[in-house]
Amino acid sequence: MQIYLPIAEVSVDAFLILGLGGLVGILSGMFGVGGGFLITPLLFFVGIPPAVAVATSANQIVASSFSAILAHFRRRTVDLKMGTVLLIGGLIGSGLGVILFNYLKAIGQVDLMVRLCYVVFLGVVGFLMFVESVNAIRRSRKPIGPRKPSARRHKSWIYAMPVKMRFRISGLYISVFPPLLIGLFVGVLAAVMGVGGGFILVPAMIYLLGMPTKVVVGTSLFQIIFVAAFTTMLHAITNHTVDTVLAVLLLLGGVIGAQFGTQFAMKLRAEQLRVLLALLVLAVCGKLGFDLLVMPSELYSLSRPGGV
Amino acid sequence: MRALLLLLLLLASPLRAEEVVLGLSRDTVSITTSFDGSEILIFGAVKREEPIPEGEPLQVIITVTGPMAPVMVRRKANVYGIWINQDAVEVDAAPSFYAVASTGPMREVLRDVEDLRQRITLDRVIRSVGAPMNIMDAASFTDAVIRVRQNQGLYQQLEGEVTLDEQTLFRTAIRLPANLTEGDYETRIFLTREGRVVSSYRTTIGVQKVGMERWLYEFAQENALLYGLMSLAIAIAAGWGASEAFRLIRQN
Repeated sequence: MQIYLPIAEVSVDAFLILGLGGLVGILSGMFGVGGGFLITPLLFFVGIPPAVAVATSANQIVASSFSAILAHFRRRTVDLKMGTVLLIGGLIGSGLGVILFNYLKAIGQVDLMVRLCYVVFLGVVGFLMFVESVNAIRRSRKPIGPRKPSARRHKSWIYAMPVKMRFRISGLYISVFPPLLIGLFVGVLAAVMGVGGGFILVPAMIYLLGMPTKVVVGTSLFQIIFVAAFTTMLHAITNHTVDTVLAVLLLLGGVIGAQFGTQFAMKLRAEQLRVLLALLVLAVCGKLGFDLLVMPSELYSLSRPGGV
Repeated sequence: MRALLLLLLLLASPLRAEEVVLGLSRDTVSITTSFDGSEILIFGAVKREEPIPEGEPLQVIITVTGPMAPVMVRRKANVYGIWINQDAVEVDAAPSFYAVASTGPMREVLRDVEDLRQRITLDRVIRSVGAPMNIMDAASFTDAVIRVRQNQGLYQQLEGEVTLDEQTLFRTAIRLPANLTEGDYETRIFLTREGRVVSSYRTTIGVQKVGMERWLYEFAQENALLYGLMSLAIAIAAGWGASEAFRLIRQN
């Protein structure tokens, strides 16, 4: 069924978009990632103009994350206090990120920088997660293995910082600065790469802060909702590129997918979940890296002057 | 004075010996939610006061031009093994849509001089004033615009697609693709003999969004803040609604 999108000014197959939304929704519910790093390239692929794809996927992320976080709230797996600290850092970071983005645009290499960011961060994060979670699975298979007692007992410098705060749900008593800085860093990346930042946030919370995997997903969704909402408003006001019809189609698929994703996540073990996310992240990284290295079939590209 | 006018009329009359009477299957195209491209029939007749002139037969060229806009064309180059955008040329004005249909091959029905004057073929329609000094092959950027848009069905060269009966009745069908830009689409009809334009006629086809498409588009442009909030509200409502719906299903 073809449907004409008023802002994107193209006609697309409604079921194709619903399917894309559903796929990303499943991932969002399973891993607590907004799915922006997947949906934006997928939208390019079906012919949505890049500026509209970036802005609209931010809007869609709000919907699927909201649907997913409600499920987490009911199971009390959201650390609101930690989420708020991360969010404060995140909003400052996305403000800085927008400034950086505009600077890159002025020197004319924003496309390349965004792609390189994707390749580098997805590559590093995916690789580290994969190695770690495979090791974890191997350890758990050994019946009476020599358990390393404190692999998750953290870096001492993180514990040495001042202004400590108790995060009861995460079971942590640490300084506010590490989460603030992580939030800030993710905020910058989110603004530059046009994503929620979950794929950085989730591993950072697990490996740097040492939060339990169960609360990580809900807490990162909490932060992502606000950052994505902020981005949506920014795009709607400055570029008029949020396409509501496209967003509704995506989120119809997305909210349903997110519910299934949360169910799947309950059935899998934490390590298995992490291996899957790591493989997915590496696959996207590989595809983007491949595109940079292989000669494109069309060397020329058209865009509106001044536009993204 | 009157003698002068008479003289002018006499001089002018050979040009008007053949005139176009035009019909369009539709003079507006409405973009609705279910819009999936459209086809426009352009047909008409040649009106004459005198018998058909001797010599080469009459030829017809029909063009449909979408709104003109500048286009930034970037070219990728291999730098240290990575393909990145390097050279960029801004093409000053290129139509968002262009179809040119004719009764025969363009080089037979139209002379270069006339093409230059009337801007009929694609190369003449696209205006590119100047490329930066360091770019030697500016023409390849204009060619890229044509190539990319031809692949998208936005530029169409329909040689031999105009049917002409008895040197009088002509017709053609132009397919408008789904990814159409709003605006006035100028439609021109040229009658040529021996490659020279003997008569021309122009009219416009209006392409615009209607109904919900129109409303949303204007809302997004004029009330951006409210529109953004509405988009967020829809997103949150849908997220909440789905979550509740699933909870109910699970409880039952």
